[in-house]
Amino acid sequence: MEPELATTIAFYVFALLAIASSIGVVANKNPVASAMCLVATFVAVAGLYLTLSATFLAAVQILVYAGAIMVLFLFVIMLLNLSHDTFEGISVRRTMGGAVAFAFIFISIGLLWGTGPAPGEAMSVRPGTGLEIGRTFLKDYVFPFEMASLLLLVAMIGAIVVARRPKLVGGDR
Amino acid sequence: MSVFHYYVVAAILFSIGAGGFLLRRNILVMFMSVELMLNAANLCLVAASSSFDLARGSSFALVSIAVAAAEVGVGLAIIIAWFRLRPSVDAGDLQELRG
Repeated sequence: MEPELATTIAFYVFALLAIASSIGVVANKNPVASAMCLVATFVAVAGLYLTLSATFLAAVQILVYAGAIMVLFLFVIMLLNLSHDTFEGISVRRTMGGAVAFAFIFISIGLLWGTGPAPGEAMSVRPGTGLEIGRTFLKDYVFPFEMASLLLLVAMIGAIVVARRPKLVGGDR
Repeated sequence: MSVFHYYVVAAILFSIGAGGFLLRRNILVMFMSVELMLNAANLCLVAASSSFDLARGSSFALVSIAVAAAEVGVGLAIIIAWFRLRPSVDAGDLQELRG
C-alpha cells in the first residue's frame, strides 16, 4: 500500500472515531461513560497528530490528556459519587444553544475556507517532531516555556489550597 | 490530505464541544466539553503548523496543553470545594453569586 493512501485511510478512520466519540461525550447520561468517550476522542486526536507527522505532540496528547487529565476526571467523578445517570430534559433555551453550536460548524468552516496553502496540495510534513519543538522552545521561546512551568506550579498550589478541607486550616475560615 | 480536511474535523469537534457546553447542565460534562473545544483548537494549530512547515504552531499547541492541564487541576478543585458546600453538580444550582 502506498504511504499516501495509508495516511488518507488513517485520517478518515481517526476523524470518524473522534467525531463519533465526541458525540458520545455530550450525549451520554452517565458521567463515567462520557469520560470513557472522552478518552477515545483524545486517542483519536493523537492519531490525527500522527497523520500530520507530529509524533511528539501525539505522545504528549496520550500522556497528558488520556493519562493525567482523564485520571483526574474519573477520580473526581468517583470521589463525588456521581456515577448514576444525570440527564436533564431539553428546554427551549438550551435547544437554541444547540442550534447556535450547530451553526458554528458552518461559520468556522466558512472562516477557514481558502486559508493556508491551496486545498488539495500535499503537505510537506516534519515540524511536529520533538527535535524541532525542542529547538524552537530553547532558541526562540525560552521565556514562554518557563512561564508555562510557573503556571503549572501556581495551578498545583492553587488546586491544593482550594480543594483542602477548611477545618484543616486551623478553624480560622 | 489537504490541511482543510483537518480544519473541518477541528470545526466539527469544536462545535460538538460548544453544543455540549450549552446543552448539558451537569458541570462535569460541561467541563469535558471545554476539553473537547481545547482539543479542536490544538488540532487546528498543529494542522496549520504542518502546512506552513513551521514548528511554532506545534510549540504553541504544547503550551496550550500545559494550560489545559493547569485549568483542569484548578477547575476540578473548585468543583470539589463547591460540592462540599452543596452536594449537586447541576449548573442551575450555581446561583450563590446572583445579585
